[in-house]
Amino acid sequence: MKSALRIGILVVCAAAFLMAGLDLSFGTPAYTDMDDYMLAHGQEETGSNNIVTGVVFDYRGFDTLGEATVLFTVVLGAGLVFRRLGKKEDEYEYE
Amino acid sequence: MNMSNLVRSGANIMMPFILVYGFYIVVHGHLTPGGGFQGGAVIATAVVLLMVAYSRADVFASIPKNVLKNSETAGLLLFIGTALLALTAGIAFFGNWLLGAGSLFGTPVAFGINPGDINTGGIIPILNIAVGIEVLGAMGILLLVMLGGMKGDAE
Repeated sequence: MKSALRIGILVVCAAAFLMAGLDLSFGTPAYTDMDDYMLAHGQEETGSNNIVTGVVFDYRGFDTLGEATVLFTVVLGAGLVFRRLGKKEDEYEYE
Repeated sequence: MNMSNLVRSGANIMMPFILVYGFYIVVHGHLTPGGGFQGGAVIATAVVLLMVAYSRADVFASIPKNVLKNSETAGLLLFIGTALLALTAGIAFFGNWLLGAGSLFGTPVAFGINPGDINTGGIIPILNIAVGIEVLGAMGILLLVMLGGMKGDAE
């Protein structure tokens, strides 16, 4: 009885997600103005053959700066969480 | 605890190839798929390989104490500094002040489909290298910090 209920809930939830997923259409974006512009002018304006790198490091440099800062903060947080309390002298520390 | 001799020998053989591949991905970020983040993560997997093969004491002894911390800070500073230097050239923050200047990374890029020249891209390769340095330091510190937080094993 209980397992039947579980399986029923699982089927209903999976069906709900699959219904939403099946409606998606890939490869036909609604708005392509920005993509077309970057594909047409990206190499010329950034000097980078790899358009993805051109977008990440030139058009959206501030975004990349934020990512790098987030990574820096992540390391600070991890060093705080994983610090060893009451460590001995000879132990390796990383904080 | 050390793994068996077989695992350690395999790690020793694989290590230089992993490092070279990671640096290749970082330096060729403006020509081929990849870039600073991906290449830095590849280099950080070398640290994981060390952890898999060797004991904790050996891993900590083989990596100098402050090198990862310093490389992370230096990467971030190089990134911001390169972006700030655009102000001295009279263009906006993050402007590509080396593009087409003829100096380092300043060869004008050939438009259209071309085999790629590593000396193009302006500041993009420099930013890639900076991010690569930062990511390898950050990932290495994360992994080492988590390894240091584990309970010690009998050695």
